[in-house]
Amino acid sequence: MKLLIKNGRVIDPANNLDDVRDILIENSRISRVAKTINNGADKTIDAVGKIVMPGLVDMHVHLRQPGREDKETIASGTRAALKGGVTTLLAMPNTNPAIDSVENIRLLQDIVGKTAVANVVICAAITEGRLGKVLALIAKFRKESVAAISDDGSSVDSSAVFYKALRKARENKILVICHCEDKALSAAGVMNLGPVSTRLGLKGISSESEYKRVQRDIQLAEKAKASVHICHVSTAESVEIIAKAKKKGIKVTCETAPHYFSLTEEALLDYDTNKKINPPLRSRADMEAVKEGLARGIIDAIASDHAPHTISDKDIEFDRAEFGVTGLETELAAAITYLVLPGVLNWVELIKKLSWNPAKILGIDKGTLTPGRDADLIIVDPEKSWLVRKEDFISRSKNSAFIGANLKGVVEATILSGKIVYKQEIKG
Amino acid sequence: MKEKAKLLDQETMNRSLVRIAHEIVEKNKGIQDVCIVGIRTRGVHLAVRLAAFIKNIENKDVPVGILDITLYRDDLTMISSQPIVHKTEIDFDMEGKNVILVDDVLYSGRTIRAAMDALIDLGRPKSIQLAVLIDRGHRELPIRPDYVGKNIPTALHETVEVHLSEVEGVDEVVLVEKDG
Amino acid sequence: MAEFAWNKKDLLGLEYLTKEEIELILNTADSFKEVTTREIKKVPALRGKTVVNLFYEPSTRTRVSFELAAKRLSADVINIAAETSSVKKGETLIDTGKNIEALKADIIVMRHNYSGAAMMLARHLNISVVNAGDGWHEHPTQALLDMFTLKEKLGKLEGIKVSIVGDIAHSRVARSNIWGLTKLGAKVTVCAPKMLIPPGIEEMGASVTCDIEDALRDADAVNVLRMQFERDQNSAFPQQMEYFMKYGITEERLAKAKKNLIVMHPGPINRGIEMSSEVADCPQSVILEQVTNGIAVRMAVLFLVSQAREGKDEAAN
Repeated sequence: MKLLIKNGRVIDPANNLDDVRDILIENSRISRVAKTINNGADKTIDAVGKIVMPGLVDMHVHLRQPGREDKETIASGTRAALKGGVTTLLAMPNTNPAIDSVENIRLLQDIVGKTAVANVVICAAITEGRLGKVLALIAKFRKESVAAISDDGSSVDSSAVFYKALRKARENKILVICHCEDKALSAAGVMNLGPVSTRLGLKGISSESEYKRVQRDIQLAEKAKASVHICHVSTAESVEIIAKAKKKGIKVTCETAPHYFSLTEEALLDYDTNKKINPPLRSRADMEAVKEGLARGIIDAIASDHAPHTISDKDIEFDRAEFGVTGLETELAAAITYLVLPGVLNWVELIKKLSWNPAKILGIDKGTLTPGRDADLIIVDPEKSWLVRKEDFISRSKNSAFIGANLKGVVEATILSGKIVYKQEIKG
Repeated sequence: MKEKAKLLDQETMNRSLVRIAHEIVEKNKGIQDVCIVGIRTRGVHLAVRLAAFIKNIENKDVPVGILDITLYRDDLTMISSQPIVHKTEIDFDMEGKNVILVDDVLYSGRTIRAAMDALIDLGRPKSIQLAVLIDRGHRELPIRPDYVGKNIPTALHETVEVHLSEVEGVDEVVLVEKDG
Repeated sequence: MAEFAWNKKDLLGLEYLTKEEIELILNTADSFKEVTTREIKKVPALRGKTVVNLFYEPSTRTRVSFELAAKRLSADVINIAAETSSVKKGETLIDTGKNIEALKADIIVMRHNYSGAAMMLARHLNISVVNAGDGWHEHPTQALLDMFTLKEKLGKLEGIKVSIVGDIAHSRVARSNIWGLTKLGAKVTVCAPKMLIPPGIEEMGASVTCDIEDALRDADAVNVLRMQFERDQNSAFPQQMEYFMKYGITEERLAKAKKNLIVMHPGPINRGIEMSSEVADCPQSVILEQVTNGIAVRMAVLFLVSQAREGKDEAAN
């Protein structure tokens, strides 16, 4: 089956490409990328005026299955991913049961094999039950095609246990993804500590509870000579600590999520639980520092931290509502709106952070349009504006921080392994 | 709203009030147990004037009180879209007294009904008598005035406005045509 | 000339009111105060309307005050205490509110232990919601009656200096007072031990000091908040004594302040902790007047909120 995409602006950071090109796809791979291709194709898509880029590689997604299928399933989550232009995602292990053993990894892989409609890469837990006490049998995970380990949702509080985990991870060449939060400092907090939390009468989560843990995790990683990836960076201090560590040559990468470069704590003034997240929306200064961190290359990737929750988990008193926002269907548009349009990043830099860098960090062969690679790509209309509405989400859950916002950038088609798996409905 | 005709000028208004003052004294055989309560806002100014006229006649002071009926209105007495509550100030005992209730224009009677409910909640007057400057007809309740300045038959699409020097700077009564 | 209209179906906090709206409430309360001095303390303004007191936190004073206010307006009053109701069975706040709305009640007066609960409820209902205290966030009627009392005593609020002393970080009374007083031109200072001063409170318009004599020095009034200590047997006693020594309002401290410094307290008082017994009973204390004024203020609030027309179908604030 030959699929030809003509006249699109093809942006492939891995190959330093940003120009109008034709792309020929044969069966499941990219066959040719050239100025003009006129091979007889079975199907041709005219992408004039559109951007053609590698499918997004979202390295922080909560699919909730097994355990909370009411919030999301592998099937519904991967469907939502395709709509958002995400062709490969890393599934976080804080499910029920946690993905902390070979048995559970295989359980998840089985479900993925049977129901996933996008590429799902598995992240396993660091400790049993993610309780931070007993190490999981990390040595066995590499064989099961696990790309990384993380206790995300929690940090491993014991430095001793975490150090051991880092050593084991290094031996087995597995990436450690760090959720940096000192729960002793953030205890019972529900939003960023500061003048807004004072105004709202809500308990605050300090910046310290994040950056102090970032500091510790990097120091231990340096000692253990292990590779760590810091997830959902939200504070200015964290960005600086990571910048210094990189300068020193420590093997650390990091990501941030779209809400940290587009919203601040002020978005909570009406107690909107759809903006209750951990780490919380921070101050204006933090948001600017995150944007700067992206521009300076300190922050390597953008990942959604897609965290679906049901209405009964969210539509309750602010203190009691669950933390988390969805993101698969809005991350690309949010990144275009809040980073590309204001000139914080150009298209090449953006796409790098959304697909090429995450793929490299995870050590998977994705995020590029190099001939011979899997044909996972998307066609994007960069000019189209749309209003984010609850009713339009494909995800089972509707807890998006962007409801009511006007975003720019629409995925018109998603191609996975050479097949068109998502096409935007043209509304009359 | 369009002013259609001037019904009373200052002189005529004055004469009516003086006459009412005499009638009050006559009917109550003096002003021994009489007190005057004006309904906010214009009724209050008229009440004060009446008390002054009575003083001229009897050489005695009559207590004057201010009644705010906002809290006693039924929905149909709403003048503006939003009632603002003001203070009722009646600092004398109404027990056993003949209260002369004063208002500028008598129309459906609902304002007076509310005023009577308020007075009875506030104390136990011996009697309540009603003095109005203008009676324009169209009663919706069985209320009748004891003292009337002038009877002016009106159409429903018209309204009567009493202007007072204390408020508008001029004493007059005008007939106004309502729009629409 | 169009008279200023109240068009909000809810009262959620003083943060959301304009200066004019606050003044309207205070002026209306003035008229209602007169009603409470009559022999028949009733007016038919809310006759046939139903007010539901929905209290998730126990409170006798505020609840009784609202109940009396509603009854003096001739409304019917229902009291729902969370402990004994379906709430215990796990019914959500919104479901409870919708049930009350289905019973055709007109106003819900709610006290809740979580900040933002009143706003959340108001968003989901068409009937009126009056915030009787939500978590640490706001207690608007308390601040209104505090301001009413001050205005009565001092003749004005503009330019006066008010100090608020106590656990500011966890106080909804403090927050509402800061909003209300600063909007009407008063100067507010908060005074507490450092760990009880919340971050960025200056951005709300208050000055900060940790020294009680500093706070009392030029103040026209001091609003003393109730201090709650842990019921830890070992630490309670020294903690309380320490607080009284450093922050308690005593006659000695009053002597160093302005001669007619007004002393306020939302009640109930912990004699010997926030203030000495002598101070609680001294002529400068207006604590009991606050209670009396509370009824008039709450009558005004219930009356205005029930009158709201345009606001009726809109979401809160």
